[in-house]
Amino acid sequence: MSLLELDGVKVHFPVRKGVLFDRTVGHVYAVDGVSLKVEAGRTYGLVGESGCGKTTLGRAVLRLVDITEGEVVLDGTNLAKLSGEEMRRVRRRLQMVFQDPLGSLNPRQNIESILAEGMAAHGIGADSEERRAKIKEVLARVGLPANALSRYPHEFSGGQRQRIGIARALVLEPDVIICDEPVSALDVSIQAQVINLLEELQESLGLTYLVIAHDLAVVRHISDVIGVMYLGSLVEEAPSDTLYAEPRHPYTRALMSAVPVPDPDVEDNRERILLQGDLPSPANPPTGCRFHTRCPWKQETRCATERPELRDIGGGHRVACHYAAEIADGTIGPRQSATAPRAAGEQRPVDAAVPAEAGVGAAAGAGPGAEEAVGKE
Amino acid sequence: MASTTTRADKIDRLAELTAQQEAHGGASLWREAFRRLRASKMAVIGAVIIAVFVVLAVIGPWIAPYGPTEQAWRGEVFPNQGRFVGPRGENWFGLDHLGRDEFSRMLVGARQTLLVGVVSMLIGLVVGALVGALSGAAATLGGASGKRLDSFVMRVTDMLLALPSLLLAVSIAAVMGQSLTTVMIAVGVVQVPVFARLLRGSMLAQGGSDYVLAARALGVRRRRIVLTQILPNSLSPVIVQATLSLATAIIEAAALSYLGLGNPDPAVPEWGVMLSQAQRFFDNAPMMSVYPAVGIIITALGFTLLGEAMREALDPKLRG
Repeated sequence: MSLLELDGVKVHFPVRKGVLFDRTVGHVYAVDGVSLKVEAGRTYGLVGESGCGKTTLGRAVLRLVDITEGEVVLDGTNLAKLSGEEMRRVRRRLQMVFQDPLGSLNPRQNIESILAEGMAAHGIGADSEERRAKIKEVLARVGLPANALSRYPHEFSGGQRQRIGIARALVLEPDVIICDEPVSALDVSIQAQVINLLEELQESLGLTYLVIAHDLAVVRHISDVIGVMYLGSLVEEAPSDTLYAEPRHPYTRALMSAVPVPDPDVEDNRERILLQGDLPSPANPPTGCRFHTRCPWKQETRCATERPELRDIGGGHRVACHYAAEIADGTIGPRQSATAPRAAGEQRPVDAAVPAEAGVGAAAGAGPGAEEAVGKE
Repeated sequence: MASTTTRADKIDRLAELTAQQEAHGGASLWREAFRRLRASKMAVIGAVIIAVFVVLAVIGPWIAPYGPTEQAWRGEVFPNQGRFVGPRGENWFGLDHLGRDEFSRMLVGARQTLLVGVVSMLIGLVVGALVGALSGAAATLGGASGKRLDSFVMRVTDMLLALPSLLLAVSIAAVMGQSLTTVMIAVGVVQVPVFARLLRGSMLAQGGSDYVLAARALGVRRRRIVLTQILPNSLSPVIVQATLSLATAIIEAAALSYLGLGNPDPAVPEWGVMLSQAQRFFDNAPMMSVYPAVGIIITALGFTLLGEAMREALDPKLRG
C-alpha cells in the first residue's frame, strides 16, 4: 500500500467574466485527471514544461488549491473530503518546500519565529525552550549555524534560504514532503548541495518525496519513479532508469532529446526531436490525445479523437499513447521534418520549439561544493 | 465616473508599489527607507516644518505673549471705519478686528489645528484600517463568501470615494451641527474609504505571496496568518497615507471652519475660523487673512513633503 495515492485528481479553475454578476465562461484545465502512487520512503519525480500543471498538482495534494474532482489519499485518508480544520492538522504530516526560497519566507520574521510558526500551529513542544531545542537540532541537521536563529531571511544566501525552507518543513516531522522546484532558483553549484541534503534527510529520516521539477538531470538524480506531465495529465510514468533508457511516449522522447550529451561525437549525431508549435492553452485543450497537435508520430486515426489511457506496458512502465508499441518497434516512423541528425559543424539551432524549460541543467551531484557565502546582501 | 476609477486606482497602485518591495529587504526595509528619507531634502524640510509646528502647538498657550481672547486694544481698532492696527513691536502680527493680539491667537490656534488634523486622521486610520483589514482578510483567506463580503465592502468604499470629499464632509457636518467634534468626525469619515481601500489592496498583494502560501501549507490558522504574516507586511503604504492625510485633514478642517461649520466657541481660536472672520475685512486689513492662511498652507506643506518623500523612499522603482 502506497503512502500517498492520487486518483483521478482534477483541478479546474473557473474563468469568470461579468461586471456585476460573475458568470463562469469556461475552465482552465490545469490538472485534468492524474493518478499516481508514491511509495513510502521513495521519491516520485514529476517533470514537464512550464504550464503543464505540475505545480498546481503539488498544491492540490496539500489542498492549497481546491480539488475539483478525484481523491488524494494519504495513508488511507482521503484528503479531498476533509474539513478545513482536519486538513490543517494533516498538514503536519504533509509538508512543502517552495521554489522561491526568499519569497516563501516572511521578511519580517526571524528564523526562529519562522520555524516556530508551524510548531505552534500543531502544538509541538510545550514551551519556547523546548521548541528552540528542537529548532536548533533541525538547523544542525540541514547544515545551518545555530546563530541563524535571530537573523532574518534576507541575511542568508540562496542555498541557505532553501535550507531554512527545508528546516521549516522538517520541524513538523512530516512523512511526505512535496518539493516544488526545490533547486531551480539556485546556482548550479548550490543545487547539488541542496539535492544531496534532501537525499541525506530521506535516508536518515525515512522521508517520502514528491519532487516537482523541470530539470531532467535533477529529477533523474533524485527520483525512484518519474512521471512526465503534459497539459494537465501524465503521459508516461516509469522507474527512473527505465524512463531515461527507453522513453516510450513521443513527448518524453522529445524532452529527452533536448538534453545535451556531454560527448561531442554523440551530441552531433544523436537523434533530436524538435516539437512544432507551442503548448496549447489549458483552457481549451486539444481533443483526443492532448499531445497530438505537436506529435511527430501523429496518426490519422484515434490520436485526434480518442484520449489515450495511461496503460501498463510491464515493469511499472505506464504510457498514455495509442501507438507506443508501434513507435518503439519502428513500425511507425516520425514525420521526416521533425527529426534531424545534425551534421557535424552545423550551428545548434536556437529553436523555441524545444520544450521551453526542458532541462539543460548541468548534472546535479557534480557540483564543486562551493562554500555558500554568508550574508551576501 | 472616470475620476472615481483613477482615485481608486491610485490607492491600489500605492498598495502594489509598497507590496512589491516587501518581498525583498524585510527587516532592513525601514532602515533603508529611513536612510533615503534623510538624504531627501524634501523629507528634511517637511520634518522640520512639522517639528516646529508640533512644538508651537504644544507649548503655544504658554509662550503666547497675551491671552488669545483678551480684547486689550479694543480702543485702537475700528472695523466700521476701516481702522486696523498692523504689525508693531508690541503685537508682532498686529491686532484682529476685536483688538486681540493676532500672534497669540495664531500660536494658540495651532493646537486646535493639530488636534483636528491628528484626531480626524486617527478616526480615518482606525476605522479605515479595521474595514480594510476585514475586507482584505476576507478576500485573501475567506473563500467564496469572503470574496463576496470583500466585494460588497469595496463597492461601498467606491461609492464614498466617488463623492467629492469636501462635499461629503460638509454634508456630514451639516447633519451633525456646528462643533469641533463635528469637524473632526466629518473629516475623519472622508478618510475612511481611502485607508480601507489602501490596506485591503496591500493585504491582497501580500495574500498572494509565497510566504502566505507557505504558512497555509504549514497548517497555521487563518487568523494567525492574517495577524503575523499578512498585516505586518501590508502596513507601510498605510503609514505613508497617514502622513499625507494629515495635510488633507488640516486643509479640510480649515475649509469646514471657514464655511462656518466649525467650532462656534470664540474662546478658542482656530485658523479656519480666523480666516473666515478675517475675510470680511480683507479690503482694509489683508494681513489678517494672510496669517492663518499661510499657517494652514505651511503646515499642510510640511506633512505633504514628508509624506511624498516617504512614498518615494518606499518606492522600489526609484531606488538607487
